Amino acid sequence: MKSIWYFVGILLTTMGAIIAASGIYSLMRPPADPKLFAEYHPDLWWGLFMVACGLIFALLNRGKTVR
Amino acid sequence: MATLGLSPMDWLIIAVYFAFILGLGYYLKRFTKSQEDFFIAGRKNSSWVAGLAFLSANLGALELLGMTGNTFKYGMYVAHFYWIGAIPAMVFLGIYMMPFYYSSRIHSVPGYLKLRFDEKTRVLNAIAFAGMTLLVSGINLYAMALVLHTFVGWNWDVSMWISAATVAAYVTMSGLLSAIFTEIIQFFLIWFGLFLVSVLGIVEIGSVREVFARIPPSFATLWSTSADPMQNGMVITWAGIVLGLGFVLSFGYWTTDFLVVQRAFSARDLRAARMTPLIASFFKMAVPFLVIMAGLVALVLAGDPKSGFALLNDGGTINYDSALPLLIQRYYPAGLIGLGVTALLAGFMAGQAGNVSAFNTVWTYDIYRALINPKASDEHLLWMGRVTTVIGIFLSVGTAYWAKTFPSIMDYMQAIFSWVNAPLFATMLLGMFVVWITPSGAFWGLLAGMGSSVFLFLAVKFKWIAAATITLSPVASDMAANFWRAWWAWLICFAVTILISIFTRKQPKESLVGLVKGLTIETAKTPVPFVKTPEFVGIVSIVILIVLNIYFW
Repeated sequence: MKSIWYFVGILLTTMGAIIAASGIYSLMRPPADPKLFAEYHPDLWWGLFMVACGLIFALLNRGKTVR
Repeated sequence: MATLGLSPMDWLIIAVYFAFILGLGYYLKRFTKSQEDFFIAGRKNSSWVAGLAFLSANLGALELLGMTGNTFKYGMYVAHFYWIGAIPAMVFLGIYMMPFYYSSRIHSVPGYLKLRFDEKTRVLNAIAFAGMTLLVSGINLYAMALVLHTFVGWNWDVSMWISAATVAAYVTMSGLLSAIFTEIIQFFLIWFGLFLVSVLGIVEIGSVREVFARIPPSFATLWSTSADPMQNGMVITWAGIVLGLGFVLSFGYWTTDFLVVQRAFSARDLRAARMTPLIASFFKMAVPFLVIMAGLVALVLAGDPKSGFALLNDGGTINYDSALPLLIQRYYPAGLIGLGVTALLAGFMAGQAGNVSAFNTVWTYDIYRALINPKASDEHLLWMGRVTTVIGIFLSVGTAYWAKTFPSIMDYMQAIFSWVNAPLFATMLLGMFVVWITPSGAFWGLLAGMGSSVFLFLAVKFKWIAAATITLSPVASDMAANFWRAWWAWLICFAVTILISIFTRKQPKESLVGLVKGLTIETAKTPVPFVKTPEFVGIVSIVILIVLNIYFW
């Protein structure tokens, strides 16, 4: 069985990529009613951070099996 | 408040979560072949997997919303739930109690009662636990539908049935294993999904120091205002916190509630099982950064007219649970909102999975096999576990509809825990550490403890006696009454158990080997460096706890 940490990595990478993509979109086409601190683009940076964390989890546990 | 508007990106994140956990349940099904796999995850988990699941089983969305709201209401005193109200009990479980639980190879906490005492004590606790679990599970489901309806605008019935059906699907496929996996995923989603709320709140206010400078002084401390209940937001004395929360409720919950302890039973060996609550204790101490900080940020913003921030007001009643969703709405853009909502959804659903996986184990082993079908085969028990999962989910949904017609039931969640867990802790403590406690003493003590807790609850509610009589102070909040009621229930169970044990027949000592301290031969341990022993990790956890309490004194 694959390790749970591998699945955590896959999920964080996928969700992070979606959030980062959303951040890039709002960077190119700023929303009409931006949220507080929209100028810092928290979605873009947080999405990329999630991708980085997710990749670390997924790559470190890619070939590992447990049980 | 306008609902949290969801963009297509937000919906995509929610859809990814649902697809992922269903796929995970399907993947794990091939590894779930025996009843041992289904009910106890094969006893093959590492201490980190079991530890994070142990914590996550308690870290539900209702807790996140409720504790953020409680911080708004009571201030820093809410941190007691995470520190003195959790850490000593988790360390005690790991160091002293886990060897008896794990070494006896039981499947459930009532199973220990059967080995240590007798069948009737086991069945009494099993029935109480099963009833409590279904009630809490239904209330959680109702709360989830209410939150999603209020803050996201989703249809009450649809959101409840879809989430219940999803939980039923993946728990039926792979039992405790899938429940544990989804709890770990929930752990990461909650941290990644809610961490930015506190960070952006601090950025808006200026600094952590500024947050504390702008709240009332009585809301900013842990102990310095606890001598006089009128001086703190929770209207409680230090004695109520220490005896009620820090001792009885905390130890009762963390050391005997099968929902959390079951995660440690799934560990691969005794050392991993002992490390399970110890690893969880470090993360438990960190949770206040999410909930306490968010609650304090909301408090500061609500006190600043220029911020335009105010909690929801339902017909004159402040909705404290709205603090966290309102902060998400204030700071999170599209995409992140989806992550925040998914974190809450994951918290609700993992909590539901935890409840139903504990329920199906207690029903199958401690009620069905004990009373109805003692000769059931391995295959039959596995089948029964799956059927019970579906029935448990249906009963939870039924309870949720009942809770919808009786919404104030949510106020009684803490009371429900004090009915079952507080007296059970006295039974367990005496059972594990005192050889001459008898089965009759345990049974009647447990019954008296549970009965007295329910009686005190009803007596205060219907004003047969004044709340001050049990709280030993002229004024007290509902929270203080909960803490004190738990203390009295524990004390009554403790005293009755000892009294009856003195006059009833003792068990032969040979039958208690491995179950009671003093009669258990310490087996040879695999040598590990001192810094990797549970004892050392427990000491580190307690030292950090003391430092935190002194820092926020």
